[in-house]
Amino acid sequence: MNFKKLLPQLLTLLVVILIFGFFSYNAQVNMENRGITFGYGFLSQESSFDVQFSLIEYDGSHSYFRAYLVGLLNTILVSVVGIIFATIIGVIVGIARLSNNFLIERAASAYVEFFRNIPLLLQIFFWYFAALRALPLPEKAEPMFGVFFLTIKGFFIPSFVWNNIDVFVYSLIASIISIFFVKIYAKKKQEKEGIQTPMLLIAFGLLIILPLLSYLFGGVTTSVEVPVIKQLSQNSFTFEGGLKLPPELISLALALSLYTATFIAENVRAGVQGVGKGQKEAAASIGLTPNQVLKLVVMPQALRIIIPPTTNQYLNLTKNSSLAAAIAYPDLVLVFAGTALMQTGRAIEIVSITMLTYLSLSISISILMNWYNKKIAIKEK
Amino acid sequence: MFKLVKRLTSVVAMFAVLFTFTTETMAAKKSKTLKNTQKKGFVRCGVSQGLPGFSNADEAGNWTGVDVDVCRAVAAAVLGDASKVKFTPLSAKERFTALTSNEIDILSRNTTWTLSRDADIGLTFVGVNFYDGQGFMVRKNSGISSVNDFKAGVSACTNLGTTTELNMRDFFNSKGIKYEPVTFEKADEVVAAYDAGRCDTYTTDKSGLAAQRIKLSNPNDHVVLPETISKEPLGPVVRQGDSVWEDIVRWSLNTMIEAEEYGVSSSNADMMKTSDNPAVKRLVGAEGELGAALGLDNEWSLRIIKQVGNYGESYKRNIADTGILPDRGPNELWTKGGILYVPPAR
Repeated sequence: MNFKKLLPQLLTLLVVILIFGFFSYNAQVNMENRGITFGYGFLSQESSFDVQFSLIEYDGSHSYFRAYLVGLLNTILVSVVGIIFATIIGVIVGIARLSNNFLIERAASAYVEFFRNIPLLLQIFFWYFAALRALPLPEKAEPMFGVFFLTIKGFFIPSFVWNNIDVFVYSLIASIISIFFVKIYAKKKQEKEGIQTPMLLIAFGLLIILPLLSYLFGGVTTSVEVPVIKQLSQNSFTFEGGLKLPPELISLALALSLYTATFIAENVRAGVQGVGKGQKEAAASIGLTPNQVLKLVVMPQALRIIIPPTTNQYLNLTKNSSLAAAIAYPDLVLVFAGTALMQTGRAIEIVSITMLTYLSLSISISILMNWYNKKIAIKEK
Repeated sequence: MFKLVKRLTSVVAMFAVLFTFTTETMAAKKSKTLKNTQKKGFVRCGVSQGLPGFSNADEAGNWTGVDVDVCRAVAAAVLGDASKVKFTPLSAKERFTALTSNEIDILSRNTTWTLSRDADIGLTFVGVNFYDGQGFMVRKNSGISSVNDFKAGVSACTNLGTTTELNMRDFFNSKGIKYEPVTFEKADEVVAAYDAGRCDTYTTDKSGLAAQRIKLSNPNDHVVLPETISKEPLGPVVRQGDSVWEDIVRWSLNTMIEAEEYGVSSSNADMMKTSDNPAVKRLVGAEGELGAALGLDNEWSLRIIKQVGNYGESYKRNIADTGILPDRGPNELWTKGGILYVPPAR
C-alpha cells in the first residue's frame, strides 16, 4: 500500500539521479579525452589581473578566491543599492498612480509604461553610453556644493577619514539595542495604560545622543578628504583623494532601480487597491485620522499583497545585475566568470561556483522576505 | 585436396588480415573531425565579432580577413571549396569553450599562443599567422608621446578575458604606476567608452588598435604610441586529441606561407606544375604524395593557393590595402627580413 505510493516518487528520483550521473560522467569522459584537468586548486593561485573598483583591498598579487570575493561584493553592492532605490521609487510611483491629481497620476503611469517596456540591457547602454557622453570631462566639471564632482570618469565625492571608528560603531549598536528595549517597554505601557509613547522622537534622540557621546568622550574624530583635480598629461585630468564612484556603478544602479521600480510600483498599487473600501470607511468612522488609517489599517493589509511579488522583483534585480559585464562594472560575472575563467580556462569549476553563488544569494533574499511576509501575515487563532 | 583447402583458407585469412590492417590505417588517417567535416560539407570556424583585417563581416555577411583565410584554406584543402566555411563570431570569453565543447573545429580569432592556453585547457596551437604586440592608443592632444609619459591615476580601456589584461598589469606595475583598468566584454563597447572620454588610453594588440582606430568618431585625433609592451603571436587553435586535424590546419597555414616564399600565387599556381624546382612542384601537388600523408588528395595545396592565395596576397588584400598596417614589419618572410619561417613541405 505504502510502497505503491512511494514507487513513482522513487522512480522519479532515480531518473533525476541517472540524468545527473550521465551528464557528469559525460563531462568527465570528454574532459579526459581533451586533456583537461578538473579541480578547485586554482582558487589559491595568484590572479595577476587588476580590477578597477573593489570594496576590499585587492590587486593582481592576491588569489583568484580574493578576486571572487571582489566580484561577489560588487554584485551585492549594486543589488543592495538597486533594491533600496527601486523600493523608494516604486512606492512613490505606486502611490502616485492612485493620486486624484490627474497630472501626477498620468505622469506616474507614463513612467511605468515607458520603463517596463524597454529591454533592460538597452536601458543600461542608454545610461552608460548616452548619458555618460553628456557628462563633462574632469577639468570642465562644475563642483556641486563645492566638493562633489560628477564627471565622465566617475562621481568624485569627499570621503570621511575616521579615528577610533570602532568606538563609533559600538555606540551605534548600543543605541539600536536601547531603541529595541524602549520599544518593548512602550508597547507594554500602551497595553496596560493605553498611553502612547512618542517612539519616533525617542529613537532619533537615542541615535544622535549615543554617537555624540562617543565623539565627546570616546576619542572619535572625523575629518573630510575632498577630491582635488590632478593633471595626468597636457590635456587629461582626473581627481585624487576622496571617494570615487565609477560611472559603471552609477549607470547600472540607475538602470536597475528605474526598471525594477516600475514593477514594484504596480505591486504597491495592486496592494493598496486590494484593501476593501469598507475597511477604510470603517477605520475613518471610529475616528482615526487619515494618516492613522493608512498606517494602521490599509498598509498592514496591503503589505500582505505587496510582499510576495516584490520578493520576485528583488530576486530579478539581483540576477539582472549580471548584465554589468556589458558596461565594465566589475561584478561577479565580469571578474570571476569573465576574466578569471579566461585566464584559468576552468570553465566547469568557475561556472558551477558562480551558479551556486547566485543561487545562494537568491535563496537568502527569499528567506529574508518570507520571514518578513510571515511576520505581517494574518495571525490566525 | 583437404590440404589445398587448408592452404587456400590460410592464404585468404592472411589477405583478410592484411586487408583489415590497411583499411584500419586508412581509417586512422581519417580523423574524427575530418570525417565529420566532410560529412557536413563545411568547416566550422570560430572568428572575432568584427576586427577589420583579421575577421570582419560586411553588410552582406561575407567574412574577410587573414584569420578568415586560414579557415578558407582548410576548407579548400579538405572540401575542395574555400567558400564552404560556417563562421561563428565569438567573444574573447566564449572562444575556448566553443572549441572544447565541439561547437567549432578551428578557432581562428587573433588568439595569443601562451603556454597555459596550449598545455592546460585542452587546446593545441598549430602555428602563427600574425606576429603582434600590445600597444597603447591615446588622444593626440593629450601630449603623451611615449608610454613613459603615463602618470598614476591613468584609466585604461581594454577587452575582457585577454592576455592584454595581464600584460597591462605587468607593465604598469613595473613602472610603479597605479592605474584603473576598465574592461568590457565586446570590442565595440571598448571603442565607444574610449571615444567618449571614459579612458585616457585604449590598450590591445597593435594590429587591433590600428583596426579599431577606424571606428572612432575622429580617427585622426588619436595616435598609437611607438612602444610595444608584449609578444603576441596570434594563430589558429584546434582541440587537443585529434592530431590529424591538427596537422591539416597547421600545413594549410604553412602552405600559404611557403607558397609566398617560392613565389607561387593564385594567378600562377597552375603554371608552376611544370616548374624546375622540385619544392615548387611538391607545393602544387605535381610531385610527391604529400596529400596522402594528411589523409587528403594530392591537389589539396594547389586548391589552397588557387582559391585563397598565398600569405602575401592574403596580407595585402586584408591588412595592407585596407590601410590598417601597410608595413608588414615582423610579418614578412625570413628571406626579406621578417620572422615568417615555416618548416619545409616535403
